[in-house]
Amino acid sequence: MSVLTSLLAASPGDPTNPGGGLGGATSTVTNTFTAPHVEYRALMPMLVVFGAATVGILIEAFLPRTRRYWPQVGVSLAGVVVAFCFVVANHGMAETTAADAVSVDGVTLFLQGTILLLALLALLLVAERGTGLVDLDAFTAQGATTPGSGGERAADAAGLRTTEVFPLMLFSVGGMLLFPAANDLLTSFVALEVLSLPLYLLCGLARRRRLLSQEAAMKYFLLGAFSSAFFLYGVALLYGYAGSVRLSDIATAITSSPHSDVLVLAGVALLAVGLLFKVGAVPFHAWTPDVYQGAPTPITAFMAAATKVAAFGALLRITYVALPGLRWDWRPVLWGVAILTMLVGAILAITQRDIKRMLAYSAILNAGYILLGVISTTSKGVSSTLFYLAAYGFATIGAFAVVTLVRESVRGGSDSGDGGEEDSVTVGGEATDLSAWAGLGRRSPLLAACFTVFMLAFAGIPLTSGFTGKFALFTAAIDGGAWPLVIVGVIASAAAAFFYVRVIVLMYFSEPLREQGAGPIVVVPSPMTTVALTVTVALTIALGVLPQMALDLADKAAYFVQ
Amino acid sequence: MNPDNYLFLSALLFTIGAFGVLIRRNAIVVFMCVELMLNAVNLTLVTFSRMHGDLTGQVIAFFTMVVAAAEVVVGLAIIVSVFRTRRSASVDDANLLKY
Repeated sequence: MSVLTSLLAASPGDPTNPGGGLGGATSTVTNTFTAPHVEYRALMPMLVVFGAATVGILIEAFLPRTRRYWPQVGVSLAGVVVAFCFVVANHGMAETTAADAVSVDGVTLFLQGTILLLALLALLLVAERGTGLVDLDAFTAQGATTPGSGGERAADAAGLRTTEVFPLMLFSVGGMLLFPAANDLLTSFVALEVLSLPLYLLCGLARRRRLLSQEAAMKYFLLGAFSSAFFLYGVALLYGYAGSVRLSDIATAITSSPHSDVLVLAGVALLAVGLLFKVGAVPFHAWTPDVYQGAPTPITAFMAAATKVAAFGALLRITYVALPGLRWDWRPVLWGVAILTMLVGAILAITQRDIKRMLAYSAILNAGYILLGVISTTSKGVSSTLFYLAAYGFATIGAFAVVTLVRESVRGGSDSGDGGEEDSVTVGGEATDLSAWAGLGRRSPLLAACFTVFMLAFAGIPLTSGFTGKFALFTAAIDGGAWPLVIVGVIASAAAAFFYVRVIVLMYFSEPLREQGAGPIVVVPSPMTTVALTVTVALTIALGVLPQMALDLADKAAYFVQ
Repeated sequence: MNPDNYLFLSALLFTIGAFGVLIRRNAIVVFMCVELMLNAVNLTLVTFSRMHGDLTGQVIAFFTMVVAAAEVVVGLAIIVSVFRTRRSASVDDANLLKY
């Protein structure tokens, strides 16, 4: 009698050993193995992205350094676009495949589509190398060289480019596509690691302020590995409780299992640690500002937007598919987490002097809002979460895109390779200190206008995506009986409006620093960043003015398969 | 022997690992403590696998080992590059990012 695992054996009608016989029947395993039926069409988005990443690795291996950039950009953009086409073609699908390891349903497809669009925009930011005048490459010439060493200068002088970032990003995107689709906890864990490991590396590859970047990578890595160990222990305890890691089996076990509740409660708590770490909710948020500040800005944009989508997707699936029977146990905990997240995010954001750290605390705050949708446990809650994730993701990528364009000026500097020659001032790193943003509206009205749109969207002002998204989330939370949370959410929004509007006031109503000779420069990017910025502004306004189509799509997508 | 004892042992190992992460200062040692936690989980998985008479737990343990190996590659790369820059692998010295 075969007792091969549920993971390896075919799903329907496979002759599993009933009961299994306590004490282990492993000595009598025969070698009958039925290959699982795999619905390749459902898996195509992930397969295409992983395939493109592998092609990227081959490009790294076989093309000379100087000729890698364009093939890498082409392959990664094409991979993401083709994967997105497959997601669109799969619409309306509701099935589990690969021995029930992956479930492709409305939520999966909506989130995969969102992640792929966000990844496409982030890829444009990552691919930004500047125009002929200024070098805007965000990544170090060679990751292996020590900052400040002769090796680094030689690599810089030789004009080397870190093109490894493209395959690394695609692997991460692949993990993100799998994470919200994972229908068993083992797949969840593997997806979590596949999305995290490339991100740890990407964080450490900044061109400027490399000490900060490496420090961010180390902090993110150590804390991320710590949290995924908790996640895995949660998986083990739930396996011990239910005898299976499949989400639907865990749901059945919770309603019928004779085992003690200690295992399942401890397991769920540990699982939640791993998930809440990834979404950056409050007791587990400490890494967020440091990592967002230290990482190269395009990667920060990608992390802040896409990782959040993937992690909330997994949180939704695990709470709604595996743990509906435990609703009365996990909801109060998430209540507390949501309240803390919103308050801490809003209050600490006010005190920030650095624009990237401010956006990081804003990301924490938004994680708190999105938790409202998860807590409501209604299909309205799911659809509003989906919509808000998309709205928040686009605005975040746009905001960080603006951050990449406001640069420090270095007088007679030799820092950047071929800087602009006006007044012998060259373009330095990003001017992330808030004081440098004073008077930006006067010097660069267009860029300031873009940033204003994103700030207003984050603050939830009508006619932006943030308003529609928050309105949907808060309505869903009230329907789900979580009105005290909505009150906290509104208070947090009011506090948050203060620091978002403060940036706008700073940009339009303050004297620029430039007169003192050390002000920042606004650089003109290549079409890549321009396209990303234009698309995000357009989507942020479109989702605020004409949200109905997207809301309908999210409503239609709010279903799970078991 | 009562398989419960293995569960207690693995919980103990996991706790030792978690405490190690919190109190040790060298990044390499912190990382080894994370590995200890992962291996404690493996012991839990294998024990549950035995108790349920089902191989899933053992298969997950293999997956965990592969993931842990991949994590070592990435982690050591990061820690070594930080060490080469700062001549120190102490997590206390990495304190440029704060507030």
